[in-house]
Amino acid sequence: MVAASSVEMRKVNKYYDKFQALKDIDLSILPGKVTCLIGPSGSGKSTLLRCINFLEEYDSGEVRIDGQLIGYDAPNKKMSGRKLREMRRSIGMVFQQFNLWPHMTARENVAEGLIRVRRMSKAEAQRRAAEALVKVGLADKMENHPSRLSGGQQQRVAIARALAMEPKLMLFDEPTSALDPELVGEVLSVMRTLASEGMTMVVVTHEMGFAAHVADQVGFMEKGELVGVDSPDRILHRPEDARIQSFLRTYHERNSF
Amino acid sequence: MEWSVFQQYGPSLLRGFGNTIICWALGTVFAMALGLVIALIQRYAPRWVTWFVQAYIEVIRGTPFLVQLFVLYYGGPLVGLRLDALPAGLLGLTIYGSPYFAEIFRSGFRAVPHGQIEAARAIGMAETDIVRRILLPLGLVSSLPALVNFSIILTKETVILSIITVPELLYQVQRMSAETFRYVEANLVLALFFWGLVETISRVGRRLETRITKHLIERT
Ligand SMILES: Nc1ncnc2c1ncn2[C@@H]1O[C@H](COP(=O)(O)OP(=O)(O)OP(=O)(O)O)[C@@H](O)[C@H]1O
Ligand SMILES: [Mg+2]
Repeated sequence: MVAASSVEMRKVNKYYDKFQALKDIDLSILPGKVTCLIGPSGSGKSTLLRCINFLEEYDSGEVRIDGQLIGYDAPNKKMSGRKLREMRRSIGMVFQQFNLWPHMTARENVAEGLIRVRRMSKAEAQRRAAEALVKVGLADKMENHPSRLSGGQQQRVAIARALAMEPKLMLFDEPTSALDPELVGEVLSVMRTLASEGMTMVVVTHEMGFAAHVADQVGFMEKGELVGVDSPDRILHRPEDARIQSFLRTYHERNSF
Repeated sequence: MEWSVFQQYGPSLLRGFGNTIICWALGTVFAMALGLVIALIQRYAPRWVTWFVQAYIEVIRGTPFLVQLFVLYYGGPLVGLRLDALPAGLLGLTIYGSPYFAEIFRSGFRAVPHGQIEAARAIGMAETDIVRRILLPLGLVSSLPALVNFSIILTKETVILSIITVPELLYQVQRMSAETFRYVEANLVLALFFWGLVETISRVGRRLETRITKHLIERT
Protein backbone atom coordinates (compact mmCIF):
# COMPACT_ATOMS: atom_id res chain seq x y z
CA MET A 1 0.00 0.00 0.00
CA VAL A 2 1.22 3.48 -0.81
CA ALA A 3 0.88 6.49 1.44
CA ALA A 4 -2.20 8.30 0.22
CA SER A 5 -3.51 11.83 0.60
CA SER A 6 -6.95 13.19 1.28
CA VAL A 7 -8.46 16.12 -0.61
CA GLU A 8 -11.00 18.60 0.74
CA MET A 9 -12.58 21.27 -1.43
CA ARG A 10 -14.80 23.83 0.30
CA LYS A 11 -16.85 26.48 -1.52
CA VAL A 12 -14.30 26.74 -4.32
CA ASN A 13 -15.04 29.41 -6.91
CA LYS A 14 -13.12 30.19 -10.06
CA TYR A 15 -13.68 32.99 -12.56
CA TYR A 16 -12.26 33.62 -16.01
CA ASP A 17 -12.92 37.36 -16.09
CA LYS A 18 -16.71 37.58 -15.73
CA PHE A 19 -17.31 33.93 -16.55
CA GLN A 20 -17.71 31.66 -13.53
CA ALA A 21 -16.09 28.32 -14.32
CA LEU A 22 -16.53 26.79 -10.84
CA LYS A 23 -19.44 27.49 -8.52
CA ASP A 24 -19.15 26.69 -4.82
CA ILE A 25 -17.50 23.33 -5.30
CA ASP A 26 -17.62 21.06 -2.25
CA LEU A 27 -15.83 17.74 -2.57
CA SER A 28 -14.29 15.35 -0.06
CA ILE A 29 -11.91 12.63 -1.10
CA LEU A 30 -10.69 10.11 1.43
CA PRO A 31 -7.18 8.62 1.32
CA GLY A 32 -6.87 5.73 -1.13
CA LYS A 33 -10.21 6.40 -2.80
CA VAL A 34 -10.86 6.84 -6.52
CA THR A 35 -13.08 9.72 -7.60
CA CYS A 36 -14.25 10.01 -11.20
CA LEU A 37 -15.56 13.26 -12.60
CA ILE A 38 -17.95 13.17 -15.53
CA GLY A 39 -20.05 15.76 -17.30
CA PRO A 40 -20.52 17.57 -20.58
CA SER A 41 -17.74 19.45 -22.35
CA GLY A 42 -17.04 22.85 -20.86
CA SER A 43 -18.68 22.00 -17.55
CA GLY A 44 -15.47 22.70 -15.59
CA LYS A 45 -14.07 19.23 -14.96
CA SER A 46 -10.53 20.13 -16.00
CA THR A 47 -10.70 23.40 -14.14
CA LEU A 48 -11.72 21.62 -10.93
CA LEU A 49 -8.99 19.03 -11.32
CA ARG A 50 -6.35 21.67 -12.00
CA CYS A 51 -7.33 23.61 -8.89
CA ILE A 52 -6.29 20.61 -6.81
CA ASN A 53 -2.60 21.11 -7.67
CA PHE A 54 -3.10 24.85 -8.19
CA LEU A 55 -2.18 24.77 -11.88
CA GLU A 56 -5.38 26.79 -12.02
CA GLU A 57 -5.69 29.45 -9.34
CA TYR A 58 -9.06 29.38 -7.63
CA ASP A 59 -10.41 32.73 -6.51
CA SER A 60 -12.17 31.84 -3.28
CA GLY A 61 -12.84 28.87 -1.06
CA GLU A 62 -10.35 26.26 0.08
CA VAL A 63 -8.57 23.31 -1.39
CA ARG A 64 -6.79 21.23 1.22
CA ILE A 65 -4.44 18.32 0.68
CA ASP A 66 -4.06 16.30 3.89
CA GLY A 67 -5.50 19.28 5.67
CA GLN A 68 -2.98 21.74 4.24
CA LEU A 69 -4.30 24.61 2.16
CA ILE A 70 -2.76 24.67 -1.33
CA GLY A 71 -1.95 27.87 -3.19
CA TYR A 72 -2.65 30.29 -0.35
CA ASP A 73 -1.19 30.84 3.10
CA ALA A 74 -4.34 32.72 4.05
CA PRO A 75 -7.26 34.05 2.05
CA ASN A 76 -5.86 36.45 -0.59
CA LYS A 77 -2.28 35.71 0.41
CA LYS A 78 -0.57 33.56 -2.19
CA MET A 79 1.72 30.80 -1.07
CA SER A 80 5.40 31.16 -1.95
CA GLY A 81 6.61 29.36 -5.07
CA ARG A 82 8.86 27.16 -3.00
CA LYS A 83 6.05 25.99 -0.74
CA LEU A 84 3.76 25.35 -3.69
CA ARG A 85 6.44 23.29 -5.44
CA GLU A 86 6.95 21.36 -2.24
CA MET A 87 3.26 20.44 -2.17
CA ARG A 88 3.16 19.60 -5.87
CA ARG A 89 5.96 17.07 -5.43
CA SER A 90 3.49 14.68 -3.89
CA ILE A 91 0.71 15.29 -6.40
CA GLY A 92 1.11 13.55 -9.73
CA MET A 93 -0.73 14.74 -12.82
CA VAL A 94 -1.46 13.04 -16.13
CA PHE A 95 -2.73 15.09 -19.07
CA GLN A 96 -4.92 14.29 -22.03
CA GLN A 97 -2.11 15.28 -24.42
CA PHE A 98 0.59 13.36 -22.48
CA ASN A 99 2.88 16.43 -22.47
CA LEU A 100 6.07 14.42 -22.57
CA TRP A 101 9.22 16.42 -23.28
CA PRO A 102 10.02 15.54 -26.89
CA HIS A 103 13.78 16.14 -26.66
CA MET A 104 14.23 13.49 -23.96
CA THR A 105 13.94 9.72 -24.13
CA ALA A 106 11.26 7.91 -22.16
CA ARG A 107 13.75 7.21 -19.43
CA GLU A 108 15.05 10.81 -19.37
CA ASN A 109 11.47 12.07 -19.14
CA VAL A 110 10.96 10.03 -16.01
CA ALA A 111 14.39 10.77 -14.52
CA GLU A 112 14.16 14.55 -14.99
CA GLY A 113 11.94 15.22 -11.99
CA LEU A 114 13.97 12.89 -9.80
CA ILE A 115 17.15 14.79 -10.67
CA ARG A 116 15.83 18.37 -10.59
CA VAL A 117 13.18 18.10 -7.89
CA ARG A 118 14.20 15.22 -5.68
CA ARG A 119 17.89 16.01 -6.15
CA MET A 120 18.89 12.41 -6.85
CA SER A 121 22.15 11.53 -8.52
CA LYS A 122 21.89 10.87 -12.25
CA ALA A 123 22.63 7.19 -11.82
CA GLU A 124 20.07 6.71 -9.07
CA ALA A 125 17.46 8.64 -11.05
CA GLN A 126 18.09 6.56 -14.17
CA ARG A 127 17.71 3.37 -12.13
CA ARG A 128 14.44 4.50 -10.58
CA ALA A 129 13.20 5.69 -13.96
CA ALA A 130 13.86 2.26 -15.41
CA GLU A 131 11.92 0.65 -12.55
CA ALA A 132 8.98 2.96 -13.07
CA LEU A 133 8.94 2.21 -16.79
CA VAL A 134 9.07 -1.53 -16.16
CA LYS A 135 6.09 -1.12 -13.90
CA VAL A 136 3.99 0.37 -16.70
CA GLY A 137 5.14 -2.33 -19.12
CA LEU A 138 7.69 -0.35 -21.11
CA ALA A 139 10.91 -2.20 -20.31
CA ASP A 140 11.81 -2.40 -23.99
CA LYS A 141 11.01 1.22 -24.92
CA MET A 142 13.08 3.13 -22.39
CA GLU A 143 15.53 4.66 -24.84
CA ASN A 144 12.83 5.75 -27.31
CA HIS A 145 11.99 9.38 -27.77
CA PRO A 146 8.27 10.20 -27.52
CA SER A 147 8.09 10.59 -31.30
CA ARG A 148 8.92 6.89 -31.54
CA LEU A 149 6.18 5.75 -29.17
CA SER A 150 2.49 5.07 -29.73
CA GLY A 151 -0.07 7.22 -27.92
CA GLY A 152 -0.74 4.52 -25.36
CA GLN A 153 2.97 4.09 -24.71
CA GLN A 154 3.45 7.84 -24.38
CA GLN A 155 0.65 8.04 -21.85
CA ARG A 156 2.17 5.19 -19.85
CA VAL A 157 5.52 7.04 -19.83
CA ALA A 158 3.65 10.09 -18.55
CA ILE A 159 2.12 7.97 -15.79
CA ALA A 160 5.55 6.55 -14.94
CA ARG A 161 6.96 10.09 -14.85
CA ALA A 162 4.35 11.05 -12.26
CA LEU A 163 4.66 7.81 -10.26
CA ALA A 164 8.45 7.97 -10.05
CA MET A 165 8.05 11.04 -7.84
CA GLU A 166 6.23 8.79 -5.35
CA PRO A 167 3.09 10.93 -5.18
CA LYS A 168 0.36 10.43 -2.62
CA LEU A 169 -2.34 11.68 -4.96
CA MET A 170 -2.76 11.27 -8.71
CA LEU A 171 -4.80 13.55 -10.96
CA PHE A 172 -5.85 12.34 -14.41
CA ASP A 173 -7.40 14.67 -16.98
CA GLU A 174 -9.05 12.51 -19.64
CA PRO A 175 -5.99 10.26 -19.87
CA THR A 176 -7.44 8.12 -22.65
CA SER A 177 -9.34 10.68 -24.71
CA ALA A 178 -6.52 11.27 -27.19
CA LEU A 179 -5.95 7.55 -27.76
CA ASP A 180 -7.14 5.24 -30.49
CA PRO A 181 -9.77 2.86 -29.06
CA GLU A 182 -7.45 -0.16 -29.15
CA LEU A 183 -4.87 1.67 -27.00
CA VAL A 184 -7.28 2.76 -24.26
CA GLY A 185 -7.15 -0.60 -22.48
CA GLU A 186 -3.43 -0.60 -21.75
CA VAL A 187 -3.64 2.79 -20.03
CA LEU A 188 -6.77 1.93 -18.05
CA SER A 189 -5.19 -1.28 -16.84
CA VAL A 190 -2.21 0.63 -15.43
CA MET A 191 -4.64 2.96 -13.69
CA ARG A 192 -6.66 0.05 -12.32
CA THR A 193 -3.51 -1.46 -10.81
CA LEU A 194 -2.67 1.86 -9.24
CA ALA A 195 -6.14 2.11 -7.72
CA SER A 196 -5.85 -1.37 -6.28
CA GLU A 197 -2.58 -0.39 -4.63
CA GLY A 198 -4.44 2.24 -2.65
CA MET A 199 -3.51 5.46 -4.48
CA THR A 200 -5.85 8.40 -4.05
CA MET A 201 -6.97 9.20 -7.58
CA VAL A 202 -9.10 11.90 -9.18
CA VAL A 203 -9.96 11.02 -12.75
CA VAL A 204 -11.78 13.15 -15.29
CA THR A 205 -13.03 10.64 -17.82
CA HIS A 206 -15.58 9.65 -20.40
CA GLU A 207 -14.84 5.98 -19.76
CA MET A 208 -18.05 5.08 -17.95
CA GLY A 209 -16.95 1.46 -17.60
CA PHE A 210 -13.87 2.55 -15.67
CA ALA A 211 -15.96 4.88 -13.51
CA ALA A 212 -18.50 2.14 -12.80
CA HIS A 213 -15.96 -0.51 -11.85
CA VAL A 214 -13.06 1.33 -10.29
CA ALA A 215 -14.43 4.52 -8.77
CA ASP A 216 -15.47 4.75 -5.13
CA GLN A 217 -17.44 7.88 -5.94
CA VAL A 218 -18.52 9.62 -9.13
CA GLY A 219 -19.09 13.35 -9.43
CA PHE A 220 -21.24 14.85 -12.15
CA MET A 221 -20.49 18.40 -13.27
CA GLU A 222 -22.57 20.81 -15.27
CA LYS A 223 -22.08 24.52 -15.96
CA GLY A 224 -19.43 24.86 -13.27
CA GLU A 225 -21.48 23.09 -10.62
CA LEU A 226 -20.82 19.76 -9.00
CA VAL A 227 -24.40 18.58 -9.38
CA GLY A 228 -23.99 15.32 -7.55
CA VAL A 229 -21.35 13.15 -5.91
CA ASP A 230 -22.32 9.64 -4.98
CA SER A 231 -21.54 5.96 -5.50
CA PRO A 232 -20.99 4.92 -9.12
CA ASP A 233 -24.20 2.92 -8.99
CA ARG A 234 -26.34 5.83 -7.83
CA ILE A 235 -24.88 8.28 -10.36
CA LEU A 236 -24.50 6.00 -13.37
CA HIS A 237 -27.36 3.52 -12.98
CA ARG A 238 -30.00 5.18 -10.82
CA PRO A 239 -29.51 8.92 -11.20
CA GLU A 240 -32.25 11.05 -9.71
CA ASP A 241 -31.17 14.39 -11.10
CA ALA A 242 -32.70 15.09 -14.52
CA ARG A 243 -29.46 16.67 -15.77
CA ILE A 244 -27.51 13.49 -15.08
CA GLN A 245 -30.21 11.38 -16.70
CA SER A 246 -30.14 13.47 -19.84
CA PHE A 247 -26.33 13.43 -20.01
CA LEU A 248 -26.25 9.65 -19.70
CA ARG A 249 -28.99 9.29 -22.30
CA THR A 250 -26.91 11.24 -24.85
CA TYR A 251 -23.89 9.20 -23.87
CA HIS A 252 -25.67 5.90 -24.41
CA GLU A 253 -27.12 7.03 -27.72
CA ARG A 254 -23.70 8.03 -28.97
CA ASN A 255 -22.18 4.70 -27.92
CA SER A 256 -24.84 2.33 -29.23
CA PHE A 257 -25.26 1.20 -32.79
CA MET B 1 38.67 42.51 -67.30
CA GLU B 2 42.03 43.00 -65.78
CA TRP B 3 42.98 40.53 -63.09
CA SER B 4 46.65 41.32 -62.54
CA VAL B 5 45.75 43.95 -59.93
CA PHE B 6 44.95 41.14 -57.59
CA GLN B 7 48.61 40.25 -57.29
CA GLN B 8 49.01 43.50 -55.47
CA TYR B 9 45.66 43.73 -53.71
CA GLY B 10 44.98 40.05 -53.01
CA PRO B 11 46.48 40.03 -49.51
CA SER B 12 44.59 43.12 -48.36
CA LEU B 13 41.35 41.75 -49.77
CA LEU B 14 41.92 38.51 -47.90
CA ARG B 15 42.61 40.41 -44.72
CA GLY B 16 39.43 42.37 -45.34
CA PHE B 17 37.49 39.17 -45.76
CA GLY B 18 38.99 37.82 -42.55
CA ASN B 19 37.84 40.94 -40.74
CA THR B 20 34.39 40.59 -42.26
CA ILE B 21 34.12 37.07 -40.93
CA ILE B 22 35.33 38.12 -37.49
CA CYS B 23 32.89 41.04 -37.34
CA TRP B 24 30.06 38.85 -38.51
CA ALA B 25 30.80 35.95 -36.18
CA LEU B 26 31.37 38.00 -33.04
CA GLY B 27 28.59 40.45 -33.87
CA THR B 28 26.15 37.58 -34.41
CA VAL B 29 27.12 35.79 -31.22
CA PHE B 30 26.86 38.96 -29.13
CA ALA B 31 23.61 40.08 -30.75
CA MET B 32 22.13 36.62 -30.27
CA ALA B 33 23.15 36.55 -26.63
CA LEU B 34 21.66 39.99 -26.00
CA GLY B 35 18.56 38.99 -27.93
CA LEU B 36 18.14 35.91 -25.77
CA VAL B 37 18.44 37.97 -22.61
CA ILE B 38 15.87 40.43 -23.95
CA ALA B 39 13.47 37.60 -24.85
CA LEU B 40 13.77 36.13 -21.35
CA ILE B 41 13.20 39.55 -19.78
CA GLN B 42 10.13 40.01 -21.96
CA ARG B 43 8.80 36.68 -20.72
CA TYR B 44 9.58 36.85 -17.03
CA ALA B 45 10.26 40.42 -15.88
CA PRO B 46 7.60 42.63 -14.28
CA ARG B 47 5.40 44.61 -16.64
CA TRP B 48 7.15 47.97 -16.23
CA VAL B 49 10.54 46.49 -17.13
CA THR B 50 9.14 44.98 -20.31
CA TRP B 51 7.90 48.43 -21.35
CA PHE B 52 11.46 49.75 -21.35
CA VAL B 53 12.69 46.77 -23.27
CA GLN B 54 9.85 47.12 -25.76
CA ALA B 55 10.78 50.77 -26.28
CA TYR B 56 14.38 49.73 -26.97
CA ILE B 57 13.18 47.18 -29.52
CA GLU B 58 11.00 49.75 -31.29
CA VAL B 59 13.75 52.37 -31.47
CA ILE B 60 16.43 50.01 -32.76
CA ARG B 61 14.16 48.35 -35.28
CA GLY B 62 12.79 51.69 -36.39
CA THR B 63 16.11 53.26 -37.36
CA PRO B 64 18.69 52.35 -40.05
CA PHE B 65 21.87 50.59 -38.97
CA LEU B 66 23.89 53.25 -40.73
CA VAL B 67 22.42 55.96 -38.50
CA GLN B 68 22.91 53.88 -35.33
CA LEU B 69 26.54 53.35 -36.21
CA PHE B 70 27.11 57.06 -36.87
CA VAL B 71 25.53 58.01 -33.59
CA LEU B 72 27.59 55.44 -31.73
CA TYR B 73 30.94 56.18 -33.33
CA TYR B 74 30.77 59.92 -33.87
CA GLY B 75 28.26 60.80 -31.20
CA GLY B 76 29.64 58.43 -28.54
CA PRO B 77 32.67 60.62 -27.68
CA LEU B 78 30.31 63.51 -26.84
CA VAL B 79 29.01 61.46 -23.93
CA GLY B 80 32.39 59.96 -23.09
CA LEU B 81 32.07 56.74 -25.06
CA ARG B 82 35.24 56.73 -27.14
CA LEU B 83 35.66 53.47 -29.04
CA ASP B 84 38.02 52.29 -31.76
CA ALA B 85 36.44 51.44 -35.06
CA LEU B 86 36.34 47.67 -34.58
CA PRO B 87 34.85 47.60 -31.05
CA ALA B 88 32.40 50.30 -32.09
CA GLY B 89 31.43 48.19 -35.09
CA LEU B 90 30.92 45.09 -32.98
CA LEU B 91 28.90 46.98 -30.40
CA GLY B 92 26.86 48.47 -33.22
CA LEU B 93 26.14 45.06 -34.73
CA THR B 94 25.21 43.71 -31.31
CA ILE B 95 22.76 46.50 -30.66
CA TYR B 96 21.35 46.45 -34.16
CA GLY B 97 20.82 42.69 -34.29
CA SER B 98 19.56 42.13 -30.74
CA PRO B 99 15.90 43.11 -31.18
CA TYR B 100 15.52 40.89 -34.22
CA PHE B 101 17.05 37.96 -32.40
CA ALA B 102 14.89 38.74 -29.39
CA GLU B 103 11.78 38.51 -31.54
CA ILE B 104 12.97 35.21 -33.00
CA PHE B 105 13.53 33.76 -29.54
CA ARG B 106 10.22 35.14 -28.29
CA SER B 107 8.25 33.36 -30.95
CA GLY B 108 10.42 30.26 -30.49
CA PHE B 109 9.45 30.20 -26.81
CA ARG B 110 5.81 30.67 -27.73
CA ALA B 111 6.03 27.62 -29.97
CA VAL B 112 6.82 25.42 -26.97
CA PRO B 113 3.48 23.78 -26.08
CA HIS B 114 2.21 25.17 -22.80
CA GLY B 115 1.33 21.66 -21.66
CA GLN B 116 4.99 20.69 -21.58
CA ILE B 117 5.73 23.61 -19.26
CA GLU B 118 2.74 22.69 -17.09
CA ALA B 119 3.92 19.09 -16.89
CA ALA B 120 7.17 20.39 -15.41
CA ARG B 121 5.34 22.67 -12.99
CA ALA B 122 3.08 19.82 -11.94
CA ILE B 123 6.00 17.72 -10.70
CA GLY B 124 7.32 20.70 -8.76
CA MET B 125 10.18 21.81 -10.99
CA ALA B 126 11.59 25.25 -10.21
CA GLU B 127 11.03 27.93 -12.83
CA THR B 128 14.77 28.28 -13.52
CA ASP B 129 15.06 24.56 -14.18
CA ILE B 130 12.04 24.74 -16.46
CA VAL B 131 13.73 27.47 -18.48
CA ARG B 132 17.04 25.63 -18.64
CA ARG B 133 15.77 22.12 -19.29
CA ILE B 134 12.51 22.60 -21.21
CA LEU B 135 11.94 26.12 -22.54
CA LEU B 136 15.44 26.84 -23.85
CA PRO B 137 16.17 23.56 -25.64
CA LEU B 138 12.74 23.35 -27.24
CA GLY B 139 12.53 27.07 -27.95
CA LEU B 140 15.97 27.10 -29.57
CA VAL B 141 15.08 24.22 -31.82
CA SER B 142 12.02 25.96 -33.17
CA SER B 143 13.99 29.21 -33.52
CA LEU B 144 16.84 27.64 -35.44
CA PRO B 145 15.77 28.28 -39.05
CA ALA B 146 14.97 31.92 -38.28
CA LEU B 147 18.24 32.33 -36.38
CA VAL B 148 20.25 31.06 -39.33
CA ASN B 149 18.26 33.27 -41.66
CA PHE B 150 18.90 36.42 -39.68
CA SER B 151 22.58 35.53 -39.24
CA ILE B 152 22.79 35.45 -43.03
CA ILE B 153 21.19 38.87 -43.26
CA LEU B 154 23.78 40.13 -40.77
CA THR B 155 26.69 39.03 -43.00
CA LYS B 156 25.67 41.73 -45.42
CA GLU B 157 25.14 44.36 -42.76
CA THR B 158 28.83 44.12 -41.88
CA VAL B 159 29.73 46.12 -44.99
CA ILE B 160 28.23 49.17 -43.31
CA LEU B 161 31.09 49.03 -40.80
CA SER B 162 33.29 50.39 -43.63
CA ILE B 163 31.85 53.86 -43.09
CA ILE B 164 33.42 54.02 -39.65
CA THR B 165 36.71 52.78 -41.21
CA VAL B 166 36.62 49.17 -40.01
CA PRO B 167 39.00 47.54 -42.53
CA GLU B 168 36.56 44.83 -43.59
CA LEU B 169 36.04 43.59 -47.11
CA LEU B 170 34.03 46.47 -48.57
CA TYR B 171 36.52 48.93 -47.12
CA GLN B 172 39.39 47.13 -48.90
CA VAL B 173 37.41 46.76 -52.11
CA GLN B 174 36.67 50.47 -52.18
CA ARG B 175 40.28 51.34 -51.53
CA MET B 176 41.37 49.08 -54.38
CA SER B 177 38.74 50.50 -56.76
CA ALA B 178 39.73 54.04 -55.95
CA GLU B 179 43.39 53.34 -56.57
CA THR B 180 43.08 51.17 -59.68
CA PHE B 181 39.66 52.08 -61.14
CA ARG B 182 38.95 48.33 -61.41
CA TYR B 183 35.41 48.71 -60.04
CA VAL B 184 33.92 45.70 -61.79
CA GLU B 185 36.62 43.24 -60.79
CA ALA B 186 36.72 44.47 -57.22
CA ASN B 187 33.00 44.24 -56.73
CA LEU B 188 32.86 40.85 -58.39
CA VAL B 189 35.34 39.59 -55.81
CA LEU B 190 33.20 41.14 -53.08
CA ALA B 191 30.13 39.35 -54.37
CA LEU B 192 31.95 36.02 -54.66
CA PHE B 193 33.29 36.21 -51.13
CA PHE B 194 29.86 36.97 -49.68
CA TRP B 195 28.18 34.31 -51.74
CA GLY B 196 30.67 31.74 -50.44
CA LEU B 197 30.16 32.87 -46.85
CA VAL B 198 26.38 32.82 -47.05
CA GLU B 199 26.36 29.44 -48.76
CA THR B 200 28.56 27.98 -46.02
CA ILE B 201 26.42 29.37 -43.23
CA SER B 202 23.19 28.08 -44.71
CA ARG B 203 24.67 24.63 -45.27
CA VAL B 204 25.94 24.40 -41.72
CA GLY B 205 22.56 25.67 -40.53
CA ARG B 206 20.66 23.02 -42.44
CA ARG B 207 22.90 20.28 -41.16
CA LEU B 208 22.51 21.48 -37.60
CA GLU B 209 18.75 21.54 -38.05
CA THR B 210 18.53 17.97 -39.29
CA ARG B 211 20.71 16.77 -36.49
CA ILE B 212 18.89 18.56 -33.72
CA THR B 213 15.35 17.81 -34.86
CA LYS B 214 15.98 14.14 -35.55
CA HIS B 215 14.13 13.01 -32.43
CA LEU B 216 11.48 15.67 -32.54
CA ILE B 217 9.85 14.77 -35.81
CA GLU B 218 6.74 12.63 -35.55
CA ARG B 219 6.68 9.30 -37.30
CA THR B 220 4.79 9.34 -40.54
N1 LIG C 1 -8.09 29.95 -19.78
C1 LIG C 1 -9.42 30.13 -19.91
N2 LIG C 1 -9.93 31.34 -20.18
C2 LIG C 1 -11.25 31.52 -20.31
N3 LIG C 1 -12.16 30.56 -20.19
C3 LIG C 1 -11.73 29.33 -19.92
C4 LIG C 1 -10.34 29.04 -19.77
N4 LIG C 1 -10.19 27.72 -19.51
C5 LIG C 1 -11.44 27.22 -19.49
N5 LIG C 1 -12.36 28.17 -19.73
C6 LIG C 1 -13.82 27.98 -19.75
O1 LIG C 1 -14.20 27.37 -18.54
C7 LIG C 1 -15.19 26.38 -18.76
C8 LIG C 1 -14.74 25.07 -18.16
O2 LIG C 1 -13.64 24.58 -18.88
P1 LIG C 1 -13.00 23.15 -18.60
O3 LIG C 1 -11.83 23.03 -19.47
O4 LIG C 1 -12.80 23.00 -17.15
O5 LIG C 1 -14.17 22.21 -19.09
P2 LIG C 1 -14.18 20.62 -19.16
O6 LIG C 1 -15.36 20.16 -18.37
O7 LIG C 1 -12.86 20.08 -18.79
O8 LIG C 1 -14.48 20.37 -20.69
P3 LIG C 1 -13.89 19.22 -21.67
O9 LIG C 1 -14.69 17.97 -21.39
O10 LIG C 1 -14.19 19.76 -23.04
O11 LIG C 1 -12.45 19.08 -21.40
C9 LIG C 1 -15.39 26.31 -20.26
O12 LIG C 1 -16.59 26.98 -20.57
C10 LIG C 1 -14.21 27.01 -20.85
O13 LIG C 1 -14.58 27.69 -22.01
MG1 LIG D 1 -11.29 19.10 -19.86
